[in-house]
Amino acid sequence: MTAFLDVKDLRIHFPTDDGLVRSVDGLTFSLERGKTLGIVGESGSGKSVTSLGILGLHKGGRARMSGEIWLDGEELIGASADHVRRLRGKKMAMIFQDPLSAMHPYYTVGDQIIEAYRIHHDVTKKVARKHAIDMLGRVGIPEPTSRVDDYPHQFSGGMRQRAMIAMALSCDPELLIADEPTTALDVTVQAQILDLMRDLQREFNSALIVITHDLGVVAELSDDILVMYGGKCVEYGAAETVFYDPEHPYTWGLLGSMPRLDRERTERLLPIKGSPPSLINVPPGCAFHPRCPYAERTEGRAETEVPELLKTSPGHLVRCHMAPEERRRLWESEIKPMLETT
Amino acid sequence: MVTYIIRRVIGALAMLLIVSIVTFAIFFLVPRLAGATPEAFAARYVGRGASMDTIRLVAERLGFYDPVAVQYGRFLKGIVAGTEYDTGAGVDHCPAPCFGYSFITQQPVWPNLMDRSRVTLSLGIGAAVLWLVGGVATGVLSALRRGSFFDRSAMGIALAGVSLPIFFTGMISLSIFSYGLGWTAPGGAWVDVTIDPLQWAYNLLLPWITLALLFAATYARLTRAGMLETMGEDYIRTARAKGLVERGVVVKHGLRAALTPIVTVFGLDFGLLMGGAVLTESTFSLNGLGKYAVDAIKNNDLPAVMGVTLLAALFVVVANLVVDLLYAVVDPRVRLA
Amino acid sequence: MALAACAGSPTQTPGQGQSAPAATGATAGGTEVADAAVGKIYNPSDKKGGTLKMANTADWDSLDPGNTYYGYSLNFARLYGRALLMFKAAPGTDGNTLVPDLAESVGKASDDAKTWTYKLRKGVKFEDGTEVTSKDVAYAVARQFDKEIHPNGPTYLNALLDWPKGYKGAYKSKDADFSSAVETPDDQTIIFHLKEPFGLFDYIMQMPMTMPVPKDKDTGTKYQEHVISTGPYKFEKNEIGKGFTLVRNDQWDPATDPNRPALPDRIEVQTGVNADDVDNRLISGDVHIAVDGLGIGNAALPKVLPDPALKARTDNPVQQRTWYTSIIPDVAPLDNVECRRAIAFAADRNSLYRAYGGETGGVITTSLIPPSMAGYKPIDLYKSEGDKGDVEKAKAALAKCGQPNGFETNIAYRTERTKEKAAAESLQQSLARVGIKLTLKPYPQDDYFALYAGKPSYVKENKIGLAINGWGSDYPDTYGFMQAITDSRDIRDAGNYNLSVKIPEVDKMIDQIKAEPDAAKRADMWSQIDHMVIDQAVVMPSVASKALYMRGKGLTNLFISDSQQMYDYVGVGVQQ
Ligand SMILES: Nc1ncnc2c1ncn2[C@@H]1O[C@H](COP(=O)(O)OP(=O)(O)OP(=O)(O)O)[C@@H](O)[C@H]1O
Ligand code: SF4
Ligand SMILES: [Mg+2]
Repeated sequence: MTAFLDVKDLRIHFPTDDGLVRSVDGLTFSLERGKTLGIVGESGSGKSVTSLGILGLHKGGRARMSGEIWLDGEELIGASADHVRRLRGKKMAMIFQDPLSAMHPYYTVGDQIIEAYRIHHDVTKKVARKHAIDMLGRVGIPEPTSRVDDYPHQFSGGMRQRAMIAMALSCDPELLIADEPTTALDVTVQAQILDLMRDLQREFNSALIVITHDLGVVAELSDDILVMYGGKCVEYGAAETVFYDPEHPYTWGLLGSMPRLDRERTERLLPIKGSPPSLINVPPGCAFHPRCPYAERTEGRAETEVPELLKTSPGHLVRCHMAPEERRRLWESEIKPMLETT
Repeated sequence: MVTYIIRRVIGALAMLLIVSIVTFAIFFLVPRLAGATPEAFAARYVGRGASMDTIRLVAERLGFYDPVAVQYGRFLKGIVAGTEYDTGAGVDHCPAPCFGYSFITQQPVWPNLMDRSRVTLSLGIGAAVLWLVGGVATGVLSALRRGSFFDRSAMGIALAGVSLPIFFTGMISLSIFSYGLGWTAPGGAWVDVTIDPLQWAYNLLLPWITLALLFAATYARLTRAGMLETMGEDYIRTARAKGLVERGVVVKHGLRAALTPIVTVFGLDFGLLMGGAVLTESTFSLNGLGKYAVDAIKNNDLPAVMGVTLLAALFVVVANLVVDLLYAVVDPRVRLA
Repeated sequence: MALAACAGSPTQTPGQGQSAPAATGATAGGTEVADAAVGKIYNPSDKKGGTLKMANTADWDSLDPGNTYYGYSLNFARLYGRALLMFKAAPGTDGNTLVPDLAESVGKASDDAKTWTYKLRKGVKFEDGTEVTSKDVAYAVARQFDKEIHPNGPTYLNALLDWPKGYKGAYKSKDADFSSAVETPDDQTIIFHLKEPFGLFDYIMQMPMTMPVPKDKDTGTKYQEHVISTGPYKFEKNEIGKGFTLVRNDQWDPATDPNRPALPDRIEVQTGVNADDVDNRLISGDVHIAVDGLGIGNAALPKVLPDPALKARTDNPVQQRTWYTSIIPDVAPLDNVECRRAIAFAADRNSLYRAYGGETGGVITTSLIPPSMAGYKPIDLYKSEGDKGDVEKAKAALAKCGQPNGFETNIAYRTERTKEKAAAESLQQSLARVGIKLTLKPYPQDDYFALYAGKPSYVKENKIGLAINGWGSDYPDTYGFMQAITDSRDIRDAGNYNLSVKIPEVDKMIDQIKAEPDAAKRADMWSQIDHMVIDQAVVMPSVASKALYMRGKGLTNLFISDSQQMYDYVGVGVQQ
């Protein structure tokens, strides 16, 4: 018995002139209908590559994929490209990062939604157009009947994101992946979009993956959270657990640099020093060790031995050499108070 | 939009005026500098051994004794108001726009230009269809199979296609396909499309292919570059994510965007070509505007030179305008102002 | 029956009796022989039918018989028009004979050679069926008088006839009486009155200017669009600048016309055809004849000459055209005859011969008069070993001239003409051997005579001592060749073909020739003129031009006549 979406040991590598890019390296997670998974991580950690992999969009390219992706009882990595294409847009859909470049500049918003609908539904243009107007209305575009004929550049950023959502939802997908749906938007709009997604997810009872840099966003929305670093999962668990009792130093860093409504947004409490790791020459041992303030607490193992993703409590997995007690102590005594004091 | 067009049309007219003045000036001023008298000009339009009396009569008839400005004024007047021409046996009326009568054939220039432009148009349209289809298809395939054997050989041929002169390829292909194998029509074959469309196409097949090869090469390279760029765009990924079949992704999304610069280049190329595919028409002895222009220049036939220059300039100007208008249609982000 | 005059006997090979029977040409499948149409008939036949396809690399000056002067046009016009006289359609020198065409016989001159009378044949009709009368010929002559409307044609008749004072031609002097020049006492008779005696008037009468034009059909400059035919062919369609088609004229009665075999049923002519393409089409057989009579172009030569099968299809006649260099006495030190002679001695004539195309381009000549014309005599004044020039004699002449170390001057030629450029360069090299330094001065051919090498003031100011020239005759009489380039009284402000020959004795002798009825005496006087001109070294002949013509495939009854100096378009037919 597998879950609705079951990803097992997913690896996506790109051979390039400079070497093999290990964008995703052994990712495992699962998701049920009606549930939401948040994937967080810095830029370049492999979030988008993962979601494109699930949609089968690396097929035909030069990516090397291995592992298993089970969707509703069907394995997708081994399935034919055309079969996966048929599922795309209908059974699983995606809301892309940066809707301005993700929408075709030469076609009206309406046309692009109509196209998405008609690929999977044998209906006339007129029917599809009515549906597109409906969808635009559902995602909160005012006067959809006239805006349906606008071009993407005539929409504001928030409206474009709504249109993108309308397009993705036009075929009632059972799995919806939202890749940083709110990054480009200001806070109020961000909140609206998130509300909208939550509402729509409930309405359609779909499985939702929300990808973001921002732990705050997923915390509100998700049932589970998966933290990625350098193509690997470093912490995975129920949303409350990961948010309120995180055990990985990288997650602490993310929390520390999280903008919060009750504080000056620009202020970063615990900035993660250094920059994301190279995915070609992944640092030996724990990929995070060059940036980790606690690296020396692991008796040198951090530099030599790749830590395993281990269960620390039921449903909570962490990839760190530090002993779980040590981690909890650090969190309770040092990190948490610092995050709360100000 | 309307004011935009009006403004452009006024600009175009000014441009044509300048072109006509420059052409006129080149015709008269350059020989003048070499010391040409009105009689020296007229001597070009008489038979050999003509007497001085004949030369003076011709100089008088062609108006060479008037100041150049007056001659130019007469030319302009003919265009706006038409003119009258003494055939000896009577008076011929040449309605506006009258570009005058050829110094050589004594025929009104305008009907000749109209007649010739049918040939050039036929040549241009057929070749354009071939080079657009051939060039764009090759470019798309090359881009999709980048680095493959097909891509490399197609681009190699394209490079050769651009650099080979048409009188060379034209002559060679005529000797092989027309005179050797007898598959295609000989040089100079022409019948109007309204009379016999099949024969029309058969006659023009070789000129079409030869001319198209030249342009197809450019368009293949242009399309390849454009496709390589657009196929990497985010909206292509979006189209795939919708579940669109790959052909739809390539054509409807990739090519549609890659075509924009091609439309521009095509418009200008076609405009230039309409002014006369000089080399192709000369090589294949087709009586189009290009050959008319060459003959006119060779014969110092001023009215014909003026007519064909202005018509060519008009085509270029119109092509520019059409391209700009079309650009706004093709790319909705463009605003005309 | 209509063939009698021209293709009568296939053995007719005037002057070239040595040729083997095979040399009369090839039938389909037979072997081709070079020069098969020179001096004899290639593939003699009287079979009618078929379509003759011709291509012209340029275009007619005009198809209007009153407004044309191009050599090939004079040849071609005889297919659709009948002048009073014509050259016999026959190969070689036989083709030089004037025979009556519209007229019943050649002209009857008065004793003073000032009045010439012609009787017209009966039964000659225009293509619309109306009978041709002497009035139609008189009208044709009167309309071509108007050189404002018809500037291309020869001006002979304007100059020779005794036109009334102030006469302006048939258009501007509509109802004027011009009987002082042309008289038509009845419908069959036409009388020309000349101002001065002119013994060669018949040669003028064979030109298309005397082809009849019906007055009510004359549209002036537009008449060229539809010439009313009197010949065996009429215009079916005519698109000026593109081409035209001739079909049989059913009103032409062969009984009235012993001169024209009129073999093809149809003649299609394309004008403005790419010259290289014309050669290719001649080779492939897609076209029968290149109308312009210029011969094979430079691009096709290397293909044709080395290929025996192709070369066998060529004809390479010597023409009545001489390539020469004018040595202009207006430019010092060439005002001294010894300096001019130095040039004539020093020039490497063998190298000049090669510059003009070698074997197929011409033959070395030492006289101005072409070999096939009356009065031609080799002039051995500047002989040298192997024709390479005589450096010693040249130096001696320079010393006599007072320029022992040579001098500097300029040489003009036409930019567009590669052979003339090569000739100028050849002279530059050979004259350098004696210290004469030439600077090359190319000029555009359109304005060569009007602005540069034909304009005395320009020549003097710019010290153009030498000018490359060439000359061909209008009609095959020495007068028609020599007068225009030796009579100093014709020299004017600009547009001169000659400005170096300015010898009073020559002028005087030309006047004597005009009045001399005896052809042999005329010929002798021309020889003397030629000698004087060469002796004075104002002209240095290089080669007598040869043309290299290519026969298309499937031609019959083809020959080159000395009068046309190209294939005779009246005689030719096609196989079917
Ligand atoms: N087609 C490809 N070829 C080579 N490398 C690739 C390719 N696609 C992605 N990568 C690399 O994989 C890594 C992960 O990229 P990915 O787009 O998944 O990051 P991300 O987590 O989505 O970042 P962001 O938050 O900036 O969107 C990056 O280093 C990227 O350069
Ligand atoms: S393994 Fe060591 S270096 Fe890696 S996160 Fe844990 S403490 Fe930091
Ligand atoms: Mg991403």
